[in-house]
Amino acid sequence: MADYRELWKSLDMDLEKHDQLCEVLPKFYDEIYLSQEKRPEGMNYFNFVIAEVHGLRIQELAEHRKNGQKVVGSFCVFVPDEVISAADAVGVGLCSGSDFWIPDGEKYLPRNSCPLVKAAVGAKTSGTCPYFQSCDLLVGETTCDGKKKAWEILGEHVPMHVMDLPQMKREKDKIHWMDEIRIFIDELEELTGNKITEESLARGIELINKKREVLQRLYDLRKEENLPISGKDALLVTQIAFYDNPERFIEKTNELCEELEKRVQNKESVFAEGTPRILVSGTPMAVPNWKLHHMIETSGGSVVCEETCTGTRYFENLVDNTGETMEEQIKALSDRYLNINCACFTPNPGRIDDILRLYKEYKADGVVYYTLPFCQTYATEFKKVKEALDKADIPVIMIESDYSLQDAGQLKTRLEAFFEMLEPKKEIAAANK
Amino acid sequence: MYSIGIDAGSVATKGVIFDGEKIEHVIIPTGWSPKTASEEVLKQLLVKSNIKKEDVERIIGTGYGRISMPFVDKAITEITCHAKGAHYLNKKVRTILDIGGQDSKVINIDENGNITDFLMNDKCAAGTGRFLQVMANVLGKDVSELDDLTNNARPEAITSMCTVFAESEVISLLAKGIPKENIASGIMHSIASRGVSLLERINILDDVAFTGGVARSDVIGRIINDKISKTIYKPPNSQIVGALGAAVIGYRELL
Repeated sequence: MADYRELWKSLDMDLEKHDQLCEVLPKFYDEIYLSQEKRPEGMNYFNFVIAEVHGLRIQELAEHRKNGQKVVGSFCVFVPDEVISAADAVGVGLCSGSDFWIPDGEKYLPRNSCPLVKAAVGAKTSGTCPYFQSCDLLVGETTCDGKKKAWEILGEHVPMHVMDLPQMKREKDKIHWMDEIRIFIDELEELTGNKITEESLARGIELINKKREVLQRLYDLRKEENLPISGKDALLVTQIAFYDNPERFIEKTNELCEELEKRVQNKESVFAEGTPRILVSGTPMAVPNWKLHHMIETSGGSVVCEETCTGTRYFENLVDNTGETMEEQIKALSDRYLNINCACFTPNPGRIDDILRLYKEYKADGVVYYTLPFCQTYATEFKKVKEALDKADIPVIMIESDYSLQDAGQLKTRLEAFFEMLEPKKEIAAANK
Repeated sequence: MYSIGIDAGSVATKGVIFDGEKIEHVIIPTGWSPKTASEEVLKQLLVKSNIKKEDVERIIGTGYGRISMPFVDKAITEITCHAKGAHYLNKKVRTILDIGGQDSKVINIDENGNITDFLMNDKCAAGTGRFLQVMANVLGKDVSELDDLTNNARPEAITSMCTVFAESEVISLLAKGIPKENIASGIMHSIASRGVSLLERINILDDVAFTGGVARSDVIGRIINDKISKTIYKPPNSQIVGALGAAVIGYRELL
């Protein structure tokens, strides 16, 4: 990585502390990612993006800002990127997936808060994340109580806009969400000085839809019997989609998919035949939270799909692009976003339908239900999901885990036992074929 | 034809040698090195059954130390091994409660001994053998003496689940002059309640096998029996079920 110290200094970062963070990440990444066998060539771009995670992309953001553009940070799949793009601002998904930021987060938040919220607050207040430092505005949403109260604290450090996401999906909630999108449009017009028009919003919708389509193309390849890419690598691509330049991301991911399609034709797989296929369902995994995927794929399993915010909830369903008036476009945005089945909604039967559907589509053998500690909505929803999966005779295991590695031994035993449990089931299924 | 299963747990390392019918077993403390302990178990097993290592066709390692056994043919988790071991001993078993030195688990199995569901305790010593050991220390007794000490005394409630807090609680109960018998009885009830609450998170099916080092206590088994009113099966040697399961799996792989 080139020398970015001047750039970081200009962003008012704690350089000494940031050095400590930079020291651990490459080793961690080497161990988890570069050690994999038969990795696609196309992953080199994503390796590069991670190697330059606090470098080149930050420099690009600085250049955008020099040209008068604004950088808008967000945390959640409900924030409509189309609007950010239509205002000619640059959207970045902020990660908060590292243990490193937890102690700083705990200076402001109760210890029994979810690690994602603690890390987000710690990343900002410690001045060690150049993305947070590059943002002209942060956009929060009301998906959980922990986040809601954290925005008030983050708001003391950086301009903050909060979108009030409804918690039910009735007609009046849809009207309310359309209203929230209108308010967001006003907010961004004021921030950027750019008027959002039908044309610019249509361009935003087209661009973000393209990003969704390329992710769907990648995920479709994971439905193959012979898996051309590991779950870890696919997760990384999705995570990078949140903060990379969208046009370049689309191009590079398409290139990766072309390579993977050849692998599919040649029946090449990155896993040994018979490796159990796992659908992961639950809470988001922000960079560099690769823990669960790494544990699954080093304990004899493979991840074929994520029913998470860093998975299908991020890209499934396109925004209808036929709207001509602003009102029609806002309605189309609202419809697409409120169709996401997050556990923050009550009731939330759509998520169970999604899990059952994805299990079939991706030919999974079992489900690993993942939740971050203190995530009440996802932890509580497990009961309903498990009942539905039991009824459909789909094996499921619940894993609650934070970013630390202290529970690695026990998790490994549980995952290995789960895969051992799948074996006789697979044999019976094969015999019945 | 012989197979061996070795289960290196946090407290004890267990070994079973199996010839398709008869079993022979060894139990030693794990100490600081599961590798040394498992090698020692292997050696003792061969001596005890008077056979040579070449005669053993398959060795399966299990328990948390399974990754530190260079001589095994395969490592399998203790969850699968307990299921197979309990099923081998009693074909009627459908739910297993295993309480070991540092973890506890419940496993549901079908009529073939295949796992249908399982749960493990959280990463904490509450409700495990370690809890019992710490409490026995405070009372100045050995774990094996707790059953006798209890002697049908009225249980004094121990409210802390955490081993560290429960230790302080027991110390203050002693300071208050509460008889050791009542405290010991309270400890047994506390650990049994933890086991039952783990059991209740799974669909409990008859018969229930109670295994692991903690199952050596008849008192705890009786309390659990009263609370869940299911038929409880306690193997003659509750500690070796995992190692037995490993040996049985190894033996079947030879057939």
